[in-house]
Amino acid sequence: MRSLDRYGPAALGFGGFVLFLVVVEILIRLGLINGYIVPLPSQVIVALERVIAEEGILPRFLLTAGEALGAGLLVALIGIPLGILLFEADLLRRATENWVAAFAAAPIVLVYPLFLVIFGRSSWTIIAIGTVAGLPPVILKTLEGLAGVRPVLIRVGRSFNLTPWQQFRTILFPAAVPTIFAGLRLGLIFAMINVVGVEFLINFGGLGPLINELSERYDMPATYAAICFVVLVSVLFFLAVERIEKWLRPAS
Amino acid sequence: MASTGVLTSSERASGWRPDPVLWVRLAIIVGVLVLWQVVAMSGLLYQDVVPQLPAIVAALGRLLVNPELYRNLWVTLYETVLALVFGGVAGLFVGIVLGGSRFFGRAFEPYLYYLGPTPKIIFFPVMIMWFGTGGGSKIAMGAFSCFFPVALSVAVGMRAIPPILMRVGQSFRASPRQMVQKIYLPAMREPVVNGLRLGFGIALIGVLLAETKLSNQGLGFLVIQNYQRFDMPAMYALLIAIFVLSMGANAAITRLTSRSAASGAR
Repeated sequence: MRSLDRYGPAALGFGGFVLFLVVVEILIRLGLINGYIVPLPSQVIVALERVIAEEGILPRFLLTAGEALGAGLLVALIGIPLGILLFEADLLRRATENWVAAFAAAPIVLVYPLFLVIFGRSSWTIIAIGTVAGLPPVILKTLEGLAGVRPVLIRVGRSFNLTPWQQFRTILFPAAVPTIFAGLRLGLIFAMINVVGVEFLINFGGLGPLINELSERYDMPATYAAICFVVLVSVLFFLAVERIEKWLRPAS
Repeated sequence: MASTGVLTSSERASGWRPDPVLWVRLAIIVGVLVLWQVVAMSGLLYQDVVPQLPAIVAALGRLLVNPELYRNLWVTLYETVLALVFGGVAGLFVGIVLGGSRFFGRAFEPYLYYLGPTPKIIFFPVMIMWFGTGGGSKIAMGAFSCFFPVALSVAVGMRAIPPILMRVGQSFRASPRQMVQKIYLPAMREPVVNGLRLGFGIALIGVLLAETKLSNQGLGFLVIQNYQRFDMPAMYALLIAIFVLSMGANAAITRLTSRSAASGAR
């Protein structure tokens, strides 16, 4: 009974997914779903192998991952100092914190034609969009982490007569690190989503254009397979980032 | 947001004093504008990339009196609202089912949780195959994008409903429909509305991006058209208009919900 409770939901989830594929397969074979629009799931699985073997997946993946990591690095290098700046300058924070939050909700990715003009149709455009999209959560979470340091820790620092720099380096920043990591995780995910999205939109780079090319060839099974592959890669990316965050995060 | 609102109203009562926050904001805006103009005039960057402010203002003026803008604006809004309706209703339904049952939640929610943040726009070729190159594929794109945040937000909200409310419903032998209408929805107004607010922004992004990829109308199409004509002032003007629109819509929904939440609490 206990094992049913533990593995039951996961089995149902996976089983439901497989059942869905089987039903789709049957419906297409019966002609109830148009096979020209929705390829047979079995064909998609076969095509997945073909896509991985023939379309140069590894260099494409490395390019996309490199762009996402480049954007993530820039997000960290720009976002954390900006968050610290806003924390130190309270007036500036009160003036701009809402702006940053509003910016996070705005359709930032839509400025990609502008970046195309500035950086050309190159990886730089993609990295720039990823960076801009990833910044708001990192800035806000850095600020939140620093502002949320427990007062008792700050008083300990004061009682040791720490200089402001020592106070920051030994008390404030380490205490804020868990929250900052949470922000970095969000920033990296936002950067990755936008990197793949813009790759698809401008048809340049690694995994994004793959879907374009296959759909323009009207190779439906391979298009579906490529979409599944990109979704799979993104999901693995999220899992990895989540793991790394947990692993790096000091016990709080 | 609320704290600054309280501050200014109390200041207003004691006579108007210049608010330092306001000054800082003005200084930042003026500083950015001046810097922009200096860069534009210095010729350090291509003038097409950084056009002078008067050119952008003139383009904004031209844009706002151009009936083309409003025609395309309505197209985009229409598609976004329909996307929000389809995606929102589906998300609400799935969220209630997943949040209402621990078993279903544990079985299917991880899929939503991990599929939610994947880049939805890559499904666009499939949407074109299913719904055509017209408005249908844009609506589908927006609906598909906003389904995930709404469903996840509702599922979390369902779990936060105090059990006592559920038991009240059960003791009245409420039918599932009555439970949804009388217990679930009123009890989780906040997460539902929050999900819809998030969903609106995401549906708008989905629709706009789909329009930039393949379309002959809508604001996204206008942006790409300006890009292809290399009319940078017009593109800046249009992007400003879109950002103001999306932030305004976001603020309006937030205000609407805080008011309805306040009246609900009374």
